[in-house]
Amino acid sequence: MSWLGVVDIVLLTLLAVTGVAVIRTRNLFAAVMLAGIYSLVSAGLFVVMDAVDVAFTEAAVGAGISTVLLLGTLALVGYKERKPSHTPLVPIFVVLVTGGILAYGTADIPPFGAAGNPIHQHPEVGRYYLDQSYSDTHIPNVVTPVLASYRGYDTMGETAVIFTAMVGVLLLLARGPLPKRVFHEGRWMTLRPGTTREDLEDLTEETPPTGSPASESGTHPAAKADEVADLHADVDPNGDEEATHG
Amino acid sequence: MDDRVILRVGTKILIPFILLYALYVQFHGDFGPGGGFQAGVIFAAAFVLYALVYGLGNAIKVLPPKVAYICGALGVMIYLGVGYVTMFMGGRFLEYNVLAHDPAHGQEYGIIGVEFGVLVTVFGVMVAFFYAFAGRRRIDP
Repeated sequence: MSWLGVVDIVLLTLLAVTGVAVIRTRNLFAAVMLAGIYSLVSAGLFVVMDAVDVAFTEAAVGAGISTVLLLGTLALVGYKERKPSHTPLVPIFVVLVTGGILAYGTADIPPFGAAGNPIHQHPEVGRYYLDQSYSDTHIPNVVTPVLASYRGYDTMGETAVIFTAMVGVLLLLARGPLPKRVFHEGRWMTLRPGTTREDLEDLTEETPPTGSPASESGTHPAAKADEVADLHADVDPNGDEEATHG
Repeated sequence: MDDRVILRVGTKILIPFILLYALYVQFHGDFGPGGGFQAGVIFAAAFVLYALVYGLGNAIKVLPPKVAYICGALGVMIYLGVGYVTMFMGGRFLEYNVLAHDPAHGQEYGIIGVEFGVLVTVFGVMVAFFYAFAGRRRIDP
């Protein structure tokens, strides 16, 4: 066995250990960090398998950005996992069956990296890319012309998918512009320009009365300038009048 | 946060190198591993690092969320734009051969163009993701 075989075994063992640790831990912070390590070890495996472009992406996205996003999520939802209310038997069954099918499927996969594998022999795809990509494009890294030129439509679709993902995340998570008016200490107030969301978050704990703010804007005699002058600096006490005019 | 001098100074030193490395990954993608996707992620990582160390408010001053959203859409338009340019120059959509007298050079220009589009989209989307996640406040049960 070559030394690369030893590296393979070490990396796969680490991968399995990390995976089990992610399942076992109830501390979500530890789970996120372990998931980042899992990605990093995967990237190492991809490097050993000569898929450096994939390894690069895995290290940057899986171990980097994903971990940051998961940590950001944990900051919102807390670091402790609740005990599941159901028994783990059904999930274990599903996982074992799926894993068994996948392991059974690997029996039919051609040997890893062999030159005679069908993927390298297709005359119009694999064979052509490897033989012709340099004379077609003068780009030494065959991955780049395959991604950006031969499979240019695919990459265009991927770019559009990434953009669509952003639209989806923003629709679900991002918050729109600040409200023009907030309900605070029993009355509606218009925000001063330059008010940040952090200022606002300390104020909006109260439940406003029923009815739309616009219809009531003129009916709050309490919103006089002298009475609210000592309020938070970023709430404009005179805003109500402006809003009435607007 | 204010007393972490080493962290702040270290970050300030690191960020230019991260940005430069992202550009290296982008333009070295023709010769080694890398390309628009990886470069976009690394470029975004520099801003994420800045936001983590200096706070979200400062990061938003450096790069407003709107710019990130626009980048996310702009990159797709750059990609499509390369396709339209090839069409106007007499080729088919995304047929880079027509971009230069030598088809191989045309391929190179076209690939650089679309990879730049991928970079811009991925950068914008990653920063937008980070802002969307980090910009929310914890909801205590």
